[in-house]
Amino acid sequence: MATIKKKIRTIKINADLCNGCRTCEVVCSAGHATPRFSSNNPARARIHVITHRLENIFLPVFAGENTPAQCMGREKYVIDGKEYDECSFCKASCSARGRFIEPDSGLPLRCDMCEGEEQPLCVEWCLNKVLTLEEREEEVEEEVKLGEMELGLQSLVDKHGLEKLVDTIARMSQKS
Amino acid sequence: MRYAESGYNLEIDLATGNIEKVETDPKLMELHLGGLGTDVKIHYDRVPPETQAFDPENLLIFSAGLLCGTPTFSANRMLVTTISPQTGLLCYPMAGGFWASELKYAGYDKVIMRNKSPKLVYIYINNDKVEIRDATHLKGKGALEVQDLIREELNEPDAQVSAIGLAGENRCFVASIEQSKSSASRGGAGAVMGDKNVKAIAVRGTKDIYLADGLEFMKQLKILADWIDHRNHNPLPNKNIMTIHCGVGSPQAMKVIDESWHTQGFAWGNSRRRRKTFWNDAINKQWTEVQEKATKRFISCFNCPQQCGALITHEDTPRYMAKCFSKLSYMFAAEIDEQGFNWKILEPAFQYGFDSFSTPQILAMGVELRKDGIFTDEDWEGCPSDIAGTFFWLLDKMARREGRVGDLLADGCYGACQRLGLPEGKYDHNNIKKHEQMCVKLGMMDPLYYLMYSTNEKVSITQMEGNWPQEPFREMADREEFVKDWPHLPDEKFKKYFLDWEPRGEFANPFYPTKEISAELVDWMELLHNIDDALGICCGMGSFCLKPAYHIHNYCNFINAATGLNLDEAGLRKIVNRSRNLHRALQNRRGLRRKDEAPPKDHWKHRFPEYEYELLSYYYNFKGWNMDAIPTRKRLEELDLGYVADDLEKRGILKDDPDLIYVPNDNVSREESSIYLQDGQSDFYIPDDHVSRKEG
Repeated sequence: MATIKKKIRTIKINADLCNGCRTCEVVCSAGHATPRFSSNNPARARIHVITHRLENIFLPVFAGENTPAQCMGREKYVIDGKEYDECSFCKASCSARGRFIEPDSGLPLRCDMCEGEEQPLCVEWCLNKVLTLEEREEEVEEEVKLGEMELGLQSLVDKHGLEKLVDTIARMSQKS
Repeated sequence: MRYAESGYNLEIDLATGNIEKVETDPKLMELHLGGLGTDVKIHYDRVPPETQAFDPENLLIFSAGLLCGTPTFSANRMLVTTISPQTGLLCYPMAGGFWASELKYAGYDKVIMRNKSPKLVYIYINNDKVEIRDATHLKGKGALEVQDLIREELNEPDAQVSAIGLAGENRCFVASIEQSKSSASRGGAGAVMGDKNVKAIAVRGTKDIYLADGLEFMKQLKILADWIDHRNHNPLPNKNIMTIHCGVGSPQAMKVIDESWHTQGFAWGNSRRRRKTFWNDAINKQWTEVQEKATKRFISCFNCPQQCGALITHEDTPRYMAKCFSKLSYMFAAEIDEQGFNWKILEPAFQYGFDSFSTPQILAMGVELRKDGIFTDEDWEGCPSDIAGTFFWLLDKMARREGRVGDLLADGCYGACQRLGLPEGKYDHNNIKKHEQMCVKLGMMDPLYYLMYSTNEKVSITQMEGNWPQEPFREMADREEFVKDWPHLPDEKFKKYFLDWEPRGEFANPFYPTKEISAELVDWMELLHNIDDALGICCGMGSFCLKPAYHIHNYCNFINAATGLNLDEAGLRKIVNRSRNLHRALQNRRGLRRKDEAPPKDHWKHRFPEYEYELLSYYYNFKGWNMDAIPTRKRLEELDLGYVADDLEKRGILKDDPDLIYVPNDNVSREESSIYLQDGQSDFYIPDDHVSRKEG
């Protein structure tokens, strides 16, 4: 299979510089509003700054994949004498907590790195350079892109199994 | 749809527990914007002038500014309005932090509380769910610690909590309301909160705040961000300006260590003496070590890129957050040179919930009263012999109103002296309108500060000054350089005022700036503060900052894009002047008159009574007020406040009296007089320094 060059975007988070202002949350939610910038609401942001000011914990975390089930166990990190809450470093939107879940619909939120923009809004508006963008190119194998129907069928296969799907289609085609 | 504002207030009757979500009239935004503007309107309409601070009818309003919750940088001010137990006037302490924006996200612009709860409670607002919850188990808890306790109890880590400590619970007249690193301090709103039996208000919100033209708004915000970034990388030269004022944001007292300016320019003890040779290498070394170790991290308020506060970890003192001049205020009062003392005492002071400006001065006055035998051995029993120990002991007594000492001092300098039957001004000498002022005692009368001290409704000078340098630059080349890049001025002619201003001679204080120029400058600076206070913008980014981010020429860009209003500068001025004059009329209705409007008698050594009288008269007339400090009918009607004129006339406050009309007196005597130094005040230390007159 042919290889292509892919741009990898990484947001470097220097939590030591964070002053806990949450501008990143504000602009993220505003940038993802429809129409763009028509409203803002940090509860809709794809980034959240976990803060425990007196414990000196200022930790920006980005929304990752949704997870359908909670973890079986939990971890708590202690770094430099600071104890972080359970799940602090986890990016998932998850039923274990209210984070990265749309307040109205309950649907999961995920950071899209402001795709199509020169840089993510949170990076652009963080004047203290807590968040900086790093880009690099990697050679990756070219993926065969699935068409719309293939994607739909694939999700049915994932859910019901290939055999059942084939049987169903065969049965439906006989009826019609 | 409502833009920028939520369009709803919460009305809570603490006596009955009734809670209502009330839609507000959209017209109010057009008339008064929000924040302080709309608060003043509510107080004027609903609180009778005879109501006192601890009457059930006194309203306690927690308000978010109009732009809080929008992406406007530094629009995070929580404004508390109520009748002050200290001054008897409407006070409006403000705090930054995170509470005001969270209230907007919960769907409210204000929380309006009336009457008193029968037991200690806290209020929990979670979007549309609002509860009054028992707080008897939180009685006596510190104003900082209780914020975390409530978050834990609610299992809501993202809730923002504003709370009082013991000082508020015990109705100390200088009790603050604490929120994250910030304090709503001036005027004693914490005491009213305690009187109403409300320990805290916790809020969590997950709703949207809408912008009328989001794309335009962000375009304007980008221009602002570039300016802030530019100023952060290019601070003003500190040759003529104190270093903490060279950047944008609140004064950078947490970052700057060289305090030669404050320590040598301000007065120590009960604002009695200056120490002009205080700062030296040994002090610099000791303070550098202590401060660098104590400041664990610089922190900000909501949606603000600046870092005006700090997380403090000093030795074994429990952690807390500090900001601004609180770094020095207790040291000054106790006359202790070791910086560690201040870091230590600030922690209990914030936990008790005390105003960091007034409280140290009250304690210092307590020490004077002891020295003069007014506090007796019996009163002082149990007090440590050293001054540091004395201050901790007094602070604790005051917070608990314990013993004669604690109970008296809890009423503030003026209140304590009145109850002791002492002549006014002998010990409580640094007050304006019964409220303790910044510990400044200077040489030459300054006309700008004379007007600001006398007339500002906050009764706190930092809420009036800011955009104009505190003193002239010595060299013309520096002045020319400074005015080159100064787009913030309302008029080009202001540049000439600054270029002409000299440290000495004909164009120096006290007669320059002239009364005409002084009026223009003071009115402009007051306007900026009132705009910020209506919008909820930190004055460190606007009105209390040299060459700030927000100024008279760009406020409208944000207001219009956010709200959909179509204001120009004249329109904005009219709205803010309307609220400002309504505020003045409210204070007039409560008894405020010209006799109350004066700086402390010993504020300056060189005083010019007849000229000062003319200066103030001219300013009143400039503002459209009569000679008794009351807005005229003409002025009120210009601002669509005819109903206020009717009200003031009906009450006999506004009179058609020819003696109250301004008659210019350009031949006024410019004689210096020492009349202010009589009445038993001759023993005060008065600095003999003509040049240095920096204020705060």
